[in-house]
Amino acid sequence: MTDPLTVKSTRRHRKLHPIAVRTMHWINAIAMIMLIGSGWKIYNDEVLFGWLHFPDWMTFGHWAQHGLQIHFAAMWLLFVNGLCYVFYGVYTGRFRRKLLPIWPAEIVANVRDALRFKLAHDDITHYNAVQKTLYVGIMLVIVLQVLSGLAIWKPVQFQELTALFFGFQGGRLAHFIGMAAIVGFLIVHVALALLVPKTIGAMITGGPDVPDEPGVAPHPASAE
Amino acid sequence: MSPVLRPTLLPQNNGQTAMASPSRSIFRPKGGIDQSPLDEGRKLVADINRRNLLRGTVSLGALTMLTGCTVSDTDAVQTVLRAVSDFNDGVQALLFDPKKLAPTYSADQVVKPPRFNAYYEIEDVKPVDGASWKLELAGLVDNKAPWTAEQIYKLPEQELIVRHICVEGWDYIGQWSGPSLSDFLKRIGADTRARYIAFKCADGYTETLDMATALHPQTILATKYAGEAITDPFGFPLRLRTSTKLGFKNAKWITAMEVTNTFIPTFWSKQGFNWFAGL
Repeated sequence: MTDPLTVKSTRRHRKLHPIAVRTMHWINAIAMIMLIGSGWKIYNDEVLFGWLHFPDWMTFGHWAQHGLQIHFAAMWLLFVNGLCYVFYGVYTGRFRRKLLPIWPAEIVANVRDALRFKLAHDDITHYNAVQKTLYVGIMLVIVLQVLSGLAIWKPVQFQELTALFFGFQGGRLAHFIGMAAIVGFLIVHVALALLVPKTIGAMITGGPDVPDEPGVAPHPASAE
Repeated sequence: MSPVLRPTLLPQNNGQTAMASPSRSIFRPKGGIDQSPLDEGRKLVADINRRNLLRGTVSLGALTMLTGCTVSDTDAVQTVLRAVSDFNDGVQALLFDPKKLAPTYSADQVVKPPRFNAYYEIEDVKPVDGASWKLELAGLVDNKAPWTAEQIYKLPEQELIVRHICVEGWDYIGQWSGPSLSDFLKRIGADTRARYIAFKCADGYTETLDMATALHPQTILATKYAGEAITDPFGFPLRLRTSTKLGFKNAKWITAMEVTNTFIPTFWSKQGFNWFAGL
């Protein structure tokens, strides 16, 4: 197989964000917001921290049961969509192409540039090392979030998993911390997208054409 | 007042009505509850309730129009969400392994007294008179003769030190004992190929268990907590305790049991909580 990094080809072009990626991105956004809002409703019934109650207007569901209903419906949306996304990212090579490799030295350089307000963002087709780290990181957090969710949903059937989170309350805490990480990511992600609005346009219309890379088997998804 | 029968007192302490009186519970004031503040406040309470109802109606309507946050209780959305909840019942039944046991704990980890849960506050618990209490049987059962507390106390007991997990998110370790439900079903000649066991409780609560959970080795009809008779707030004289369901599935103050193939909606499932509620 040819090394995709050394061979340049302009035989095929496609959108920066193919329709499949855009669809999955927005389904994920809807599922995530439903899960967070309803999760806050569920949390309020038995808080982990006495000082933290989520105001009612921030929560989804009128009563506790509605919060639970939304949470346990949106989990399927997140789960099925997430599986499709991981399968797509691996199969089409998008993950490898856009998110790897990540060099620690590059992360340091990016952070330094960012602090001097010199971070380039003219080319939205290329992720810098900090972006790559955040995108890979948030995917891992979501995987962990699914695991801690399973651990507290099924502490008898999946008791080995629950034990990895130090029991039921440990699992709840992990699920809360995972939520906090996702909300933190969401704030940064949305703020940066608003700073460079063409990234939002690209996630709606697909963005500029980018050369397709050889070395990836041709198939319907990458041949658009 | 007739002495209330309690399992630990039966063999040796028949005459000690003081010990056996329900007021022995630490949750009940000695000499009954003083009603005078209630009488004084009754009009005010009614007034406040009226105001709350009015305010609730107005704000519910306003919120539905102003925000998306209350869409979850409109009819169309409820239909979808309840369909997904029914689907989740099926998924949970598939995930349920009838042989998988919940983790058990040691007696020194047991919380005493247990934590109260019901659809009302602990002060509003209406104690059941154990002497006149009977467990009625119905449905696909060969021997429908009702059981007295005394008869149930004579059955072999099984002890269960397991974690109670509430749908709200709290938990504690409890030590329950009483006859195994699967043994009891065999004893009364229940058709264990039936799909459900439905329970009726003295406080109007209803609960339905799937047969697989009813036959699980960690499902008992509990009569004792930490080796002593269950006290009034926790289900005296008879309650369900299963290690594989959320707390609210464990019906307290059971008065009737029906073995059936017809699904009977439960107190909480009617209000939109997931029915299977498996752990």
